[in-house]
Amino acid sequence: METTQQILSRFAQDRAQLIAILQEIQTQKNYLSQEDMTTVAEYLDISVSAVYSVATFYENFSLEPKGKHIIKVCDGTACHVRKSQPIFDALHDYLGLTGKRKTSEDGMFTLETVACLGACGLAPAMTIDGEVHPKMNPDLAIAELDKIREKEAAK
Amino acid sequence: MSKLTRESFRVLTEDAKQALAASGKIPSVLICAGTGCIAGGSMKIYENLKKECEARGLPVYVGLKHDNEEEKSLHIKMSGCHGFCEMGPLVHIEPMGIMYIHVKPEDCHEILEKTVLTGEIIERLVYTRDGVAYPRQQDIPFYKKQHRVVLANCGTSDAEDVQEYIAKGGYGAFEKALFEMTDEEICKEITDSGLRGRGGGGFPAGRKWDGARRQNAEQKYIVCNGDEGDPGAFMDRSIMEGNPHSVIEGMMIAGVATGATEGYIYVRAEYPLAVDRLRTAIAKAEELGLLGEDIMGSGFSFHLHINRGAGAFVCGEGSALTASIEGKRGMPRVKPPRTIEHGLWAMPTVLNNVETFANVPGIITNGAAWYRSIGTEKSPGTKTFALTGNVVNTGLVEVPMGTTLREVIFDIGGGIPDGKKFKAVQIGGPSGGCLTEEHLDMPMDFDSLKRAGAIIGSGGLVVMDEDTCMAEVARFFMHFTQNESCGKCTPCREGTKRMLEILERIVKNEGTLEDLDMLESLSDTITDTALCGLGQTACKPVMSTLRHFREDYLHHVVDHHCPICNGRKRRLEIQPDLCKGCGKCAKNCPMEAISGQIRGVFHIDNEKCIHCGACWGACPFGAIDAIEEE
Repeated sequence: METTQQILSRFAQDRAQLIAILQEIQTQKNYLSQEDMTTVAEYLDISVSAVYSVATFYENFSLEPKGKHIIKVCDGTACHVRKSQPIFDALHDYLGLTGKRKTSEDGMFTLETVACLGACGLAPAMTIDGEVHPKMNPDLAIAELDKIREKEAAK
Repeated sequence: MSKLTRESFRVLTEDAKQALAASGKIPSVLICAGTGCIAGGSMKIYENLKKECEARGLPVYVGLKHDNEEEKSLHIKMSGCHGFCEMGPLVHIEPMGIMYIHVKPEDCHEILEKTVLTGEIIERLVYTRDGVAYPRQQDIPFYKKQHRVVLANCGTSDAEDVQEYIAKGGYGAFEKALFEMTDEEICKEITDSGLRGRGGGGFPAGRKWDGARRQNAEQKYIVCNGDEGDPGAFMDRSIMEGNPHSVIEGMMIAGVATGATEGYIYVRAEYPLAVDRLRTAIAKAEELGLLGEDIMGSGFSFHLHINRGAGAFVCGEGSALTASIEGKRGMPRVKPPRTIEHGLWAMPTVLNNVETFANVPGIITNGAAWYRSIGTEKSPGTKTFALTGNVVNTGLVEVPMGTTLREVIFDIGGGIPDGKKFKAVQIGGPSGGCLTEEHLDMPMDFDSLKRAGAIIGSGGLVVMDEDTCMAEVARFFMHFTQNESCGKCTPCREGTKRMLEILERIVKNEGTLEDLDMLESLSDTITDTALCGLGQTACKPVMSTLRHFREDYLHHVVDHHCPICNGRKRRLEIQPDLCKGCGKCAKNCPMEAISGQIRGVFHIDNEKCIHCGACWGACPFGAIDAIEEE
């Protein structure tokens, strides 16, 4: 993993690069820490609040660490009418999530919804770490998580 | 490599054409590498097929054929989306024109041995409908009624092979625009063609270009809107993945027409494959000298950049999109001034959608009259639709403008699965409306749809069957819009929140008739006063479902029971012969709906009963029955 400074050195000192920089940090560290946002602000010579305002505006940025594996259940229209909500509910229960908590106790999974993956032909769809899993149902979805758990346990 | 000139480009095109013609003589296998088929395992099919060929000692080529290749060889191509996503992974075999569906990696051996080498058809992989088998792609009803212009190369070409694009006439339109046409002539050609923006608004593209052309500025920009955020739409994704060069070429022509030298493609973060394919395509165009400084010695320079979105639906709105490229919060601004005068970095900017740009090369090559020969008078050309939801053949469909919904949903889409009845189709996503049975024979074009209270939008068609409650659908869309509201203007930020609360109440059977009036009044206010197009259209799903499916709302607010959401209505009754009059049911009833004398017979007042089942659980004698009503 690169340090924040190493990441920054690959980008021009131009405000227009802000989103791209934050995306890179998000990808590598899976969240944006306060220190990172301050460093980015200094690098681009803009206020920390300007960085914060962008970081909080876009759905893809997270200000808290996410789980090791990120599950996104598609809740686009096509998936919705082909019953994606029960899949989300089943995973939500399975991971023991309550209230606003999106990450499982063991830090293994973060459960999110996504507004349309554009894989509507495969509805209902979900992604695990960016890989699309087509034509899901609650049982299949839980089985996918179990597979990951097994792999992680074997490590 | 020496610098590309007009002459060397022509030589390059001729070479590519010959290579393509030579490749046509040997069999080739096209494996769909759209997002859908990849998720179904098409990469594995590709790898397996390569291995099978190696095992057999059959030379495999991935690019176009060159002179020194042996006669007995095979081409394997990863193509763009074939569009028939429901049946994926798809494998297409040329020159026979065979299409196999639901292919598995273990089928590769048989496909190679039988079909590729001896021309035998493997029946179990062939698409069948109503007992008829359709081994050839062009005969399949899903494809037969389509007219593919924009998608012509999707599914037949290797998306990453620039040579193949050039062999099929690619970048020829750019060359023509660059050397044979003035900027004014290009704008006129596009205006004459009647091309209208495919992103939703339907604004004439030629007028937009000409407006930007007339601006006096040191710098102008071309921006491609690939932030396809409408849930249920994936046309632009498929074009970017399957035919990225057509989008690039369209943008370059716009550059020549307006004098812009910089272009930006803004792609949704959810489309990683589209970003990869565009990056590859740009790199290859740069390598050839089609992008860069002083292109083909003409003095015209053009550079392209890719911006990845970060998950904000509102960025599909023009001024929000340019703000996002500038590295800011993607919030729309008040217009005028319009984007053509005051766009990216306050400079004149042409902002068009992916599909609009992809239409441009064909118009320049074949002329405006050709384009006008397709579609309707006011809406020429074709439109791609993403057909999804409760329909047999989900997938990507391109038809001439003016095709009816019935043709798209029933002839191409194969109708509604499981023998259910068609109820509605949502067109244009959260900014659009729903159309019903009565609209099935209406021609789909910009103006007819507008009259029906819907919009063509970017082209998402979500089909819904009789088991869909439209009040719940309206709630779903309002939830989406509310979630995605950028928060800048009050009508959208607060208004959609209130509307969502009302809709949630209604869906929970706790709404009233006054709530429906309130929804209508709020809709009017938001539509009239919201800042940007997304806010102004946020209420369309509510308004159109209220208009066409008021009964669905009435079930929720008058009967407090929706036969679709809540199932058949049930009534709880106490069996007098089993009731011992212990009174436990009455004690446990939260609604005080049960009355009776101890040691007598108890009775449930169904007006007060909320069917919670507490009495059923409390009764020690099993005296309570749930009776389904007709």
